[in-house]
Amino acid sequence: MSLDKATVARIARLARIRVSEEEQDSLAGELNQIMTWIEQLNEVKTEGVEPMVSVGAIKLPMRDDVVSDGGYPEKVLANAPDGKDGFFTVPKVVE
Amino acid sequence: MATVNEERLMDGKTGKWEIVIGLEVHAQVTSNSKLFSGAATAFGAEPNSQVSLVDAAMPGMLPVINKYCVEQAVRTGLGLEAQINLVSVFDRKNYFYPDLPQGYQISQFTQPIVGKGKLTIDLADGTSREIGITRLHLEQDAGKSIHDLHPKMTMIDLNRSGVALMEIVSEPDMRSAEEAGAYVKKLRSILRYLGTCDGNMEEGSLRADVNVSVRKPGERFGTRCEIKNVNSIRFVQQAVEAEARRQIDLIEEGGEVKQQTRLFDPTRGETRPMRSKEEAHDYRYFPDPDLLPLELDPTWVENIKQGLPELPDVKKARFVSDYGLSPYDAGVLSADMASAAFYETVAKGRDPKIASNWLTGELFAVLNKQNLTIEQSPVSAGALGGLIDLIADNTISGRIAKDVFAEMVETGKLAKDIVAAKGLQQITDTGPIEAAADQIIASSPDNVAKYKAGNEKLIGWFVGQVMKATGGKANPGVVNEILKKKLSA
Repeated sequence: MSLDKATVARIARLARIRVSEEEQDSLAGELNQIMTWIEQLNEVKTEGVEPMVSVGAIKLPMRDDVVSDGGYPEKVLANAPDGKDGFFTVPKVVE
Repeated sequence: MATVNEERLMDGKTGKWEIVIGLEVHAQVTSNSKLFSGAATAFGAEPNSQVSLVDAAMPGMLPVINKYCVEQAVRTGLGLEAQINLVSVFDRKNYFYPDLPQGYQISQFTQPIVGKGKLTIDLADGTSREIGITRLHLEQDAGKSIHDLHPKMTMIDLNRSGVALMEIVSEPDMRSAEEAGAYVKKLRSILRYLGTCDGNMEEGSLRADVNVSVRKPGERFGTRCEIKNVNSIRFVQQAVEAEARRQIDLIEEGGEVKQQTRLFDPTRGETRPMRSKEEAHDYRYFPDPDLLPLELDPTWVENIKQGLPELPDVKKARFVSDYGLSPYDAGVLSADMASAAFYETVAKGRDPKIASNWLTGELFAVLNKQNLTIEQSPVSAGALGGLIDLIADNTISGRIAKDVFAEMVETGKLAKDIVAAKGLQQITDTGPIEAAADQIIASSPDNVAKYKAGNEKLIGWFVGQVMKATGGKANPGVVNEILKKKLSA
């Protein structure tokens, strides 16, 4: 599998990261190396082996349905550059 | 695959078209706190007052799953007779939008918690159809963007951010707007019976994405369009009609349907493309590294199953078989749990059909008029039962009962007290009835002659006159009998 420059540009746009023309070439190379390595991993026979999802033998912890958090709008908005009337504000996104 | 039902086809210039509909319903789980944080979920709170640092996606915050939300998803799956997956996985669905602070939604993609199930819809012509459920998965809701508070800004409230949703996906099994509406109606009824979602479409607890395509009967599926966030059953039906019509006209004029996300505009009754979603989405799903797979204990699932209530279809069948109700009335009374419970209280030890008539007739009319739910009924089940008892033991006539009922609604008093206070007891003594009958017969020789000449329908007029003369307190059956005897003499 080979990744071209156009795919790199597309991935960058989806991730909202600005990548210049020159960077696209080198990134395509790096990503291709990673892909090659994953292809090698694909050669390992894993039939009948349970997928390992964690290094520790732990299960997903669950919590009870109790309200134990929230109620601090000022903390939530503390880093907002332009909070108004308890809201975050962003440039108008009209549908 | 269902056979083509001619009546559900839509006309076009080139012949008949079949509409194919699939629905994705987002149902908010009724829980106190969010899916992955301990912030509250109550509707209508001050902006950003029900947001934890997890919901605001502050760096380093980790999600911890709400066990009750998992239970509610399992309960819903069982209510839809669906397969429960004992292992399911949470994935990140990546996209950027101002009301999605994480930059991804935690959802389930390849391994949802609930697999294939089914649901039966009831149609106006009395028939029922089974609609396949593809899957149900748990996911987070996004925040809310408010566009009309500021001329240049969109305001963001994250109170909804992280609230647990169940996305319930149907098979493309529906073939008309009516079927789509019936599907949402039945799904909402089941969710309310189970108590897993309040089904309140105005508050957004239940909303539907409607997938519509058209084809000539027997051909392959056409290209579909998805109409997002439709928030009432009526709008679901209107959106299907409008979108199917648009696609048929487009194809018949030589155009081609493009796969698209669209919005339904209820004021114009049409759908239009959503600008922001035109760009083909690539969500780059991958398993959320912050969450281990969700594993369910089979015993726990079995316990939930044992605790399921009697569901609407079963209850409806029981109302038909045990109480002898028509399928229509049984459907109306079993549509929600509170009405069904109200009905069973009234019907207990009484004539079940009379009880049904009072509920679906008088009581529901009052509730609709005053915009009340059955829980807010001004007349309790016991009180309505008391009124029916007075009819059954001939204390009052059915006609007087309607007046008594109106007063019960108004004053909240019991039927027997109203009857006693106003002296509304039925006249059982035939003397006064005979006297009234004689008087009417004597004073209307024309009608007597007509009746005797063969116009037997006039008996109704005579009965009415006697009822009027006795203030409605006479037993209509007795009046009828006396009049017939006297008139044929």
